Amino acid sequence: MSPPLLVVENLQTRFYTRAGVVKAVDGVSFTLGRSETLAIVGESGCGKSVTALSLMRLVADPPGRIVGGSVRLEDTELLALDETAMRRVRGKLVSMIFQEPMTSLNPVMTIGRQIGESLVLHEGLSRRAALARSVELLQIVGISEPAQRAREYPHQLSGGMRQRAMIAMALACRPRVLIADEPTSALDVTIQAQILELIGRLQRELGTAMIMITHDLGVVAETAERVIVMYAGRKVEEASVGELFARPLHPYTRGLMKSIPRGAARLQEIPGMVPALSNLPPGCAFAPRCPQASAKCRAMEIPYEEKQPGHWAACLYV
Amino acid sequence: MSSVSMPSVLEVEDLKTYFPVRRGLLRRIVGHVHAVDGVSFAIGAGETLGLVGESGCGKTTVGRSVLRLIEPTAGVIRLAGRDITRLGRAELRPFRREMQIIFQDPFSSLNPRMRAGDIVGEPLKVHRAVPAAERRDRVAALFARVGLSKAQMDNYPHQFSGGQRQRIGVARALALNPKLIVGDEPVSALDVSIQAQVINLLTDLQRELGLSYLFISHNLAVVEHISHRIAVMYLGRIVEHTDRETLFRKPLHPYTEALLAAVPVPDPAARRVKRVLQGDVPSPLHPPAGCHFHTRCPYAEARCRSETPQLREIEPGHHVACHLR
Repeated sequence: MSPPLLVVENLQTRFYTRAGVVKAVDGVSFTLGRSETLAIVGESGCGKSVTALSLMRLVADPPGRIVGGSVRLEDTELLALDETAMRRVRGKLVSMIFQEPMTSLNPVMTIGRQIGESLVLHEGLSRRAALARSVELLQIVGISEPAQRAREYPHQLSGGMRQRAMIAMALACRPRVLIADEPTSALDVTIQAQILELIGRLQRELGTAMIMITHDLGVVAETAERVIVMYAGRKVEEASVGELFARPLHPYTRGLMKSIPRGAARLQEIPGMVPALSNLPPGCAFAPRCPQASAKCRAMEIPYEEKQPGHWAACLYV
Repeated sequence: MSSVSMPSVLEVEDLKTYFPVRRGLLRRIVGHVHAVDGVSFAIGAGETLGLVGESGCGKTTVGRSVLRLIEPTAGVIRLAGRDITRLGRAELRPFRREMQIIFQDPFSSLNPRMRAGDIVGEPLKVHRAVPAAERRDRVAALFARVGLSKAQMDNYPHQFSGGQRQRIGVARALALNPKLIVGDEPVSALDVSIQAQVINLLTDLQRELGLSYLFISHNLAVVEHISHRIAVMYLGRIVEHTDRETLFRKPLHPYTEALLAAVPVPDPAARRVKRVLQGDVPSPLHPPAGCHFHTRCPYAEARCRSETPQLREIEPGHHVACHLR
């Protein structure tokens, strides 16, 4: 096996707020292989988006700060780079697409110039050449009349087209890693299907590895090879996509899967709610909602173990 | 479950809601958005009708028009047999008690400066439904019914989680013992584990209180779970309308077919090559002539581009608006 492209070890990101220190990402480790798709799934506040932003070093400081860990892309330690060097990484080696294309595009810059920006910056293209390449990229992502669209502003495009433009921008410099943070959550279901298909096709053509951040287990099942489940800033389970759906081990993952409506059968709820990250209980953060929890779960640090070959979980009772 | 003989709690006939589009210095009306363009349906006692469709299809406008929160342009709305379409404010008031709404966003639909107990008690106050002295007890009972504690009545909305806020919204909707509740994407802003809690709450309340729901959502899995019958909307019109089982087992309209195929299935073994629907939803300001769906329909023929298909009963209880079925 070739060495992984990206190695994340014991990543810790905290937010210093008036309500206290929030351990948004609390010791997360994973690897990403070349052209692999890894999904990170979890509910609001589980730390999946902050993990993504930490990899890009885009956590706003203050209030946030990466306080520990390592993010290695091939031979480069990203957490050790200064801001100038990091800028050469963003958009060139690692790109990101966001949930809401309307707020992540610059409203007063034409689509063509926004896509061309990274080409001018990273590839040294002239403005004119970058614009020409932008038009080609718009064509590749399936936008009709690309030359016309390149001259337009974000508000003139539909939600689906804006997301296509953002994908064009992210992939302009053929990055090694694409981080997609809920790329289809704001889109209608027929448009979501188009965008997922497009991302998958381009990823295969370019050999880009992808981290898909999502709350939607349907999107996970349709896009990922490997899955990490996060809860309250930590990994609780990790496996290949087939294994995770066939044999979910962690009570949280199992609860999540039973909460999805399938037909008319009564839904199984996970009682309670996600705990406040500034005030986490000791031991397993899921214990207060877990049907199997014991006094031990609430008292001790739960080891994250390989329960079956390639299938990891943080639970005393599986 | 629905049955033909049961009197309908809500009947909607040929509902049309148009919004004027104004342009220029004089704000002259230059056209109309046909947000709802001739929609008919009925909901029986204790029944849930799911209304699905993508952004801009008019499903929210249907919900608001039915409640007369938006004035419909044409058509008839009957609540328990009484035509409420043209009633004035005062005449409408007693009927407002019968029909309530739960909104999508539990963050913006609760007044941040009111205590939760006062939010839930507000409808009781406005409609003078119970004497002031009993109001607090009634609110406490509502809190208990939706799974909140009495002690939380004095808290402000920001002190609740998203799921709890939606429970406050449900309690407020229940305060006046309505017959009909319009849920406008009531669980769409919630995480899936919390979503399951609220869906189960709505199902339990329906069984206990015999409530009727008009359940508006873009989430097909949720609609399949909660509805007895389902109507699919596209650009202001219902394109298919049938019971839940039939819709999911045997969709007949090409749009319904595409919509069902587009939903990501949480089962990697079911991963398949899908036929992805091309193109965007056209602008409702200038919908395509004939069948609105013809621009994206893989089966469209010449007459689909010129003739508007009527919603016809193709099999008993299965209505479809398509020339090719």
